[in-house]
Amino acid sequence: MARAESAGHQHRSNHAPQALKPALDQTVLRYIAKKLLEVVGTLLAMSVIVFLLGRLTGDPVSLLLSEYATPQDRATLTRELGLDQPLPKQYWVFVSHAAHGDLGRSVTGDRQPAMQLIADRLPASLKLAGCALVLSLLLGIPLGVLAAVKRGTALDTGARVIALLGQSVPVFWLGIVLMYFFSIQLGWLPTSGYGDWRHYVLPSVSMALFTVAAVTRLVRVSMIDALSSEYIKLARIKGVSETAVIWKHALRNSLIPVLTYMGAFFATMITGAVVIETVFSWPGIGRLAYESILSRDFPVMQAVVLVMTAIFMLANFAVDIAYAWLDPRISR
Amino acid sequence: MKALLNKPLVAFALIIVVLLVAAAIFAPWLAPFDPLIGKLEDRLMPPVWQEGGAWMHALGTDVLGRDILSRLLYGARASLSVCALAILVAGCIGSTLGIVAGYVGGWVETIIMRVVDLAISLPVILIALLFGVLFGPSFINIVIIISLLLWSQFARMARGETLKVRAQEFVDLARTAGCSTFSIMWNHILPNVAGSLIVLATLQVGTVIIMEASLSFLGVGVPAPWPAWGSMIADGRSYVVSAWWLCLFPGLAVLVTVLALNLLGDALTDALNPQLRRELGG
Repeated sequence: MARAESAGHQHRSNHAPQALKPALDQTVLRYIAKKLLEVVGTLLAMSVIVFLLGRLTGDPVSLLLSEYATPQDRATLTRELGLDQPLPKQYWVFVSHAAHGDLGRSVTGDRQPAMQLIADRLPASLKLAGCALVLSLLLGIPLGVLAAVKRGTALDTGARVIALLGQSVPVFWLGIVLMYFFSIQLGWLPTSGYGDWRHYVLPSVSMALFTVAAVTRLVRVSMIDALSSEYIKLARIKGVSETAVIWKHALRNSLIPVLTYMGAFFATMITGAVVIETVFSWPGIGRLAYESILSRDFPVMQAVVLVMTAIFMLANFAVDIAYAWLDPRISR
Repeated sequence: MKALLNKPLVAFALIIVVLLVAAAIFAPWLAPFDPLIGKLEDRLMPPVWQEGGAWMHALGTDVLGRDILSRLLYGARASLSVCALAILVAGCIGSTLGIVAGYVGGWVETIIMRVVDLAISLPVILIALLFGVLFGPSFINIVIIISLLLWSQFARMARGETLKVRAQEFVDLARTAGCSTFSIMWNHILPNVAGSLIVLATLQVGTVIIMEASLSFLGVGVPAPWPAWGSMIADGRSYVVSAWWLCLFPGLAVLVTVLALNLLGDALTDALNPQLRRELGG
C-alpha cells in the first residue's frame, strides 16, 4: 500500500505545467514502437510459459481431453498437436494456431472452442471493468483532492480511513457482505446475474473499492505536494481563484501519478474480475476462469490466460501512450 | 520503537498481531473442537448471541457441524504459515538474484533484470491460477504460487540497494584485502541491504494474506478439508441467506488481520526507513 503513495513522489514537479504540445515527432514514434515491441515480447513470453506449463505436467493429450475420450480421440489429437515432433516445432504449431484464434476446445460439455467461449463472455467483463474504472476515478480523485485541501480535518481522516479499509478488505468477501445487506436484507438490488444497471451496482462497487482507496491515497499525497509548490503560490499571487487553483492547476499535475498507477490498477482488475464475477455470477471471462479451475479445464484456462494477458498488455500500452502525450519528457 | 508504541492505534495493531500469531501457534490447544470433525446433529448452529446458539459453539457451526471458532484458529495457522513461508522463499530467491545482479553486473545483471521486468509486467496471478489448475491445491503449491508473485519485487529492491552499497569505500577495501566475490556479497553487502528488504517484507504481509485468502476462495489454495479463511468463505457462500455467520467471521478475520498488519507495516516503515516509502516505486 505504500507503493500507491510513493508513486506520487516520482513525478513531483515544481514547474508550472507548460503547454504540453502533443508533437508526434521522431522520439515519440520511436517510444511508441519500443512500447509495442515490449507488448509483443511479453505476450510471446506468456505463450512460452503457458506452453511449457502444459507440456511439463506429463501427457498433454490427457490434459486436453476428458477422461471419457476414446483411444481414437487420443491418437487423432496426438497427431493434430504433432506431439511426435520436437518441442520447438510443437511450440510453433501452438503459437500459429493461437495466432489464428484457435486455442483448443473445452474438455467439458459439448467441447466448444475456447475462443468462442471467451468471445461470448468478454463484453460482460469489459463493461464491468469499465464501470469499476469510472467509479475509481470519479470517487477517488475528488476524495483525494478534498482530503488534501482540508488536510487534518474530519474529512481528511475519513478519506484516510476509507483508503486504509479499502486496501485491507478482501474484495470477494466485501461482495458477499454487500449482497447480503442490499439484496437479501433490503431487497434494493438483485443478488446476482447480468441485466440492467441495477445488476452493475454491487459488483462494480466491490471491485472498485480497492482502487478507489489507492487513487485517493495517490491524489491526496501528490495534491499536498502540488499545493505547496512554487507555481501554485504564483497562481495565487496572480489572483487566480482558489477553485481554479485547486481543480485546474494543482490537480492537473497530481493526475500523472494516477496514470502511473494504472498498470497496477489493471492487474488488480484481473484478480477482481475472477473473484467478483464468481461471487455475483457475472457471465464474464473471470467467471469462465473460475469454472475452468473447478472442472480442471486446461485448454479454456490457457486461452483465458492468454486473452487476459493480451488485454492487460494493450491497456498498459494505451496508458503508456497517454502518458507520453501528457508528459512528453517521458519519451525522451 | 518506544515512540512507535505511544501511538494507541499502532500499539493496538501490535497487540492484535501478537494475539493472531499466538492463536496460530497454539491453535491445537486453544481450539475447543477438532476443526475437521463435526457432529451432523449440530449443523448450522448460529453464534451464541443468536436464538438457538450455545456457548459450546460460540461462533456457531458450519454445514457439517464443525465448530467455526476452531476452524478460524486453524485457519490463522494456515494463513500465517503460508504467508511466512512464501515471503521467506520469495525473499531469499529475490534477494539473492538482486544482490548478484547488482554486485556482479554485466550480462548476468542484464539477464536477471530482464526476467524481473518480465515478471513485474506479466499478470502473474493468471500464471498462478493456471499452476493451480495443473497441479491442484496443496500447501506446497500455494507457497510456490505466492512466491512466484512476490520474488521480483525483492530482486528489484535488492539490486537497487546493492548498487548503492557497492559504491561505498568499504566494499573496495574488502576487495583489495582479497575477499572473494561470494564473501563480499554475503558478509558486506547483505547486512547492509537486509534492513530495506525486511521492511519490504513487512509491507507485503497484508497483501499476501489477502492473496492466500483469494486463492483459497477460488479453490487453488489450502486444500479441503483443511480450514483456510478463504475457503471457509467460499463454502459459506451458498448458505449466506440462512447462515450468514459462515461467511462473516472468516471475512472479519482476514479484514482485522490485514488491517492490523498494514497499520503496523506502515508505522514500522516510517520509523525504520522513511526514505524507503518514497522509493518503493515499482
